[in-house]
Amino acid sequence: MKLLDSLRFRIATLFQRSRMSAELEAELRSHIQHRADDLECSGIERAEAERRARIEFGGQEKFKEECHEALGGNFIEGLIQDVRLSIRMLRKSPGFTIAAVLTLALAIGANAVVFSVMNAFILQPLNVPQAQSLYAIWRPDASDAHMSYPDYLDLRDRNRSFDGLIAWNMYEAGLDTGKDPSSVWVYETSGNYFDALRLQPYRGNFFHASDEHGPNSAPFAVLTYAYWHRHFQDDPGVLGRVVQLDKRPFTILGVAPPEFHGTILFFSPDFFVPIVNHAQDELNARGNRWVFMTMGHLKPGVTPEQATADLNSIGSYFEKAYPKDDGKMRFSLTRPSLYGDYLGRPVRAFMTGLMLLAGLILLAACANLGSLFAARAADRSREVALRLALGSTRKRILRQLFTEALLISLVGGAVGLVGGVLLLHGLSAWQPFARWPIHLAVNPDANVYAVAVLLTLASGFLFGAVPVRQVLRTNPYEVVKAGSTGRVGRRVTVRELLLVVQIAICAVLVTSSMVAVRGLARSLHNDFGFEMRNTMMVDTDLGMAGYSGDRVPIMQKRMIDALQAIPGVESVGLADTVPLGEGQNGSPVFTDNTSDLRSSNAAADAILFKVSPEYLHAAGTALLSGRTFTWHDDKDTPRVAVVNQEFARRIFSSPTNAIGRYFKMPDGTRIEVVGIVEDGKYGSLTEDPQPAMFVPILQSPSTSTWLVVRSSRDPQQLAAAIRSTLQQVDAGLPFYIQTRYKTLDITLFGPRMATISLGVLGVLGAMLSVTGIFGMAAYSVSKRLRELGIRMALGAQRNEVLRAALGRPFKLLAFGSLAGLILGILASRVLAFLVYQATPRDPLVLGGAVLAMTLLGLLATWIPAQRALRIDPLRLLREE
Amino acid sequence: MTNQAQLLPGTLDLLILRAVSLGPLHGYGVLLRIGQISGNALLIEQGALYPGLFRLVRQGLLKASWGTSENNRRAKFYELTVAGRKSLREETASWNRLATAIGSALAAQPEEV
Repeated sequence: MKLLDSLRFRIATLFQRSRMSAELEAELRSHIQHRADDLECSGIERAEAERRARIEFGGQEKFKEECHEALGGNFIEGLIQDVRLSIRMLRKSPGFTIAAVLTLALAIGANAVVFSVMNAFILQPLNVPQAQSLYAIWRPDASDAHMSYPDYLDLRDRNRSFDGLIAWNMYEAGLDTGKDPSSVWVYETSGNYFDALRLQPYRGNFFHASDEHGPNSAPFAVLTYAYWHRHFQDDPGVLGRVVQLDKRPFTILGVAPPEFHGTILFFSPDFFVPIVNHAQDELNARGNRWVFMTMGHLKPGVTPEQATADLNSIGSYFEKAYPKDDGKMRFSLTRPSLYGDYLGRPVRAFMTGLMLLAGLILLAACANLGSLFAARAADRSREVALRLALGSTRKRILRQLFTEALLISLVGGAVGLVGGVLLLHGLSAWQPFARWPIHLAVNPDANVYAVAVLLTLASGFLFGAVPVRQVLRTNPYEVVKAGSTGRVGRRVTVRELLLVVQIAICAVLVTSSMVAVRGLARSLHNDFGFEMRNTMMVDTDLGMAGYSGDRVPIMQKRMIDALQAIPGVESVGLADTVPLGEGQNGSPVFTDNTSDLRSSNAAADAILFKVSPEYLHAAGTALLSGRTFTWHDDKDTPRVAVVNQEFARRIFSSPTNAIGRYFKMPDGTRIEVVGIVEDGKYGSLTEDPQPAMFVPILQSPSTSTWLVVRSSRDPQQLAAAIRSTLQQVDAGLPFYIQTRYKTLDITLFGPRMATISLGVLGVLGAMLSVTGIFGMAAYSVSKRLRELGIRMALGAQRNEVLRAALGRPFKLLAFGSLAGLILGILASRVLAFLVYQATPRDPLVLGGAVLAMTLLGLLATWIPAQRALRIDPLRLLREE
Repeated sequence: MTNQAQLLPGTLDLLILRAVSLGPLHGYGVLLRIGQISGNALLIEQGALYPGLFRLVRQGLLKASWGTSENNRRAKFYELTVAGRKSLREETASWNRLATAIGSALAAQPEEV
């Protein structure tokens, strides 16, 4: 209340200013008149009396000012004065103002964007009530969260720590609406999903645990708000409607709330259906870990440690009760939003690094602006000295300088924030992969605005503080007497140190972005163990059109034959998954003489591809020895496999004599190796060689279908031909066609983002370095204009003048670049984790970085150099 | 003039309150009254009075109104508010305590220690 009153009083006095002034004027006049009356009484003439009264009174203006201050009106008024003066000063030098505002706008904008992304990905949990107590169960030994359904049921029923444990899995389902078949992304969830997450439906109802009565008992579906909005135009009439998912009927019960996008970041589903509708053989298999995640809210008062101990006691029960399926069951808790450390570690590391870089850029921008302000303050030392001499306080002058700095920082911050928000909205609307329902919801929230404002103010004070000492030291008499001479200091100033640091940061960014770009470019022309050129990929799942059992291989063969008949197609292969695609399966494998087939005895975990006979040829994977499959390798013939070199090395400890030898699968099946192919990249571009095996799809059928079409025809024409051909085979089957390069989008997303962000930050850093060096060089030339003029008059050569004027900035540049280059090379080792084949030991990178820094230096010193060379000594000496 | 004492910081406000407590006064009148009641022993710069008056008005210890002075001139008259009277009482007591304490400290003789 007191504060409010005081504020009101201040504002009131502000508006009454003119009236108050007049009143004060009258009062002081009245005082002097009274005094003069007294003096007159003592016999002094009226005019003389009034003169004396005025002298006795003292400095009227000073007391008036003090009166205003006593009334509290002075602060706001002074502020308005300061702001007005600042705007006038800034408008007088538009070049300086624009440069300063832009510098800061870029730096603040970059920080706002990076922070917003970090906020959305790392700081904010999932969008469910009480997300703080939501944990997912993690299996540290497998580094994933996969669980079998029977294990989930036991965990759900036996644990004492969770307030409802849910399970969910995602898959792509064919949605049959009668005409154009499409595919949708579905979360199949345990019945208690929405209740345990404490969500309320936006429309209609959710399904509940009580709806589950054994297999296929709950044919219900819940829509996400986004899908309802997009495909049903917010029509409330869809509730109760029956839709066909994978040719099976589901009744739409309700719509989930708009802010709920599923229980993992990035991957937003369209539908939720009960998990009991999953294929029964998988649902009941204890050893089949297909459930994607299990999670739940911890009960109040239960710590994560207690919950982990609770889960592990159930785990040891599993080990005892089901030694064959549940070899080693250890559990830990993790945050679900980024799938534990799987996405969490790289995303956190990357965002932390990015935030650090953005912070450094802001620091560099502040250093730049600080030195620009210091230079300006030096140029204005005459003005400052005059004001001091005329009775202004140093406090007042500093306040004015700070007002100027804050004004610039506020305008710059506002511009930067607006730009940042636009960019973020773009990012949020962007769907990086047409194939996947991946969204990056990074819209700024209150946190982001608060941080931006805070950074803006902090940087304003930071660079505003640079010239403080200078002003405090100003001796008005010296400056007015002698004019600003500017001592030519030889010692290293803080300003120069800042500039070196800034150049070094810029060089780090330039070097590492070049390393990343080179690595990325090279990685696309590498041998992955398959051919990228002239390859088209079609992926689908026959389950989406209702195929099952024996109809699957027949349909697959028909598809292959139909595509084979397209003119210009060389070969067509089929596989359940492809290398560097998504959702590969792995399986533990055992040596032939292992009899105890628990997973801890496995010789290796091998990636498993179920392929058609032509696959290896169509994919361009080289067969090194042995044979590939034929259509006769089917259920009735002995099981065979083609393995890669790494597999042969691991299982048979020799890549050469593996052919004809056997290995075992977890179910005890013996498989004979009939061929060996080259190693390849399967999961990521940066992985170490992984063991992989290829088995005939007729011997282990799968509805998941990738068709690899090799043809040198134009991709667009080919895609159209494939589309019409497949629609003739089955018009109800949704599928997705893309080039082989396109399938790498997901794999390359991380490296690409890293490269782009490094590149953008590198460009920002370069711009800041240019302004920094420019400011320093320009300042050094303008300070020494007279000295340079004298040198020229005395016969100095052009290059000598240049050396004198720009030698120091150039030295700083060279020093900073060198430091940055070395740091950049060290930083590239970190980069190597992210970008395939990122190596700084690349003459192109080194040469490029040196060239870039030299160009930056030339660019930044060009104008000051021209100015130094154009000095006309005669005119200069005359002017001084 | 030379034997006038410098005001201690903060005491001007107390003197103004005391001067005004004896009856409403305009600014110059306050100055004369202080001179009168202090036996002209204090040096007060004339202009310095006004920031003090304004401060007291703002604190609600004084109120001001325009009137006509004994010289038949327009002048702004100040008088104590209830809060002002209370403040004067308290400040006076506190000053007396301080003065007594310092006085007795300065008057202490070696044998009393």
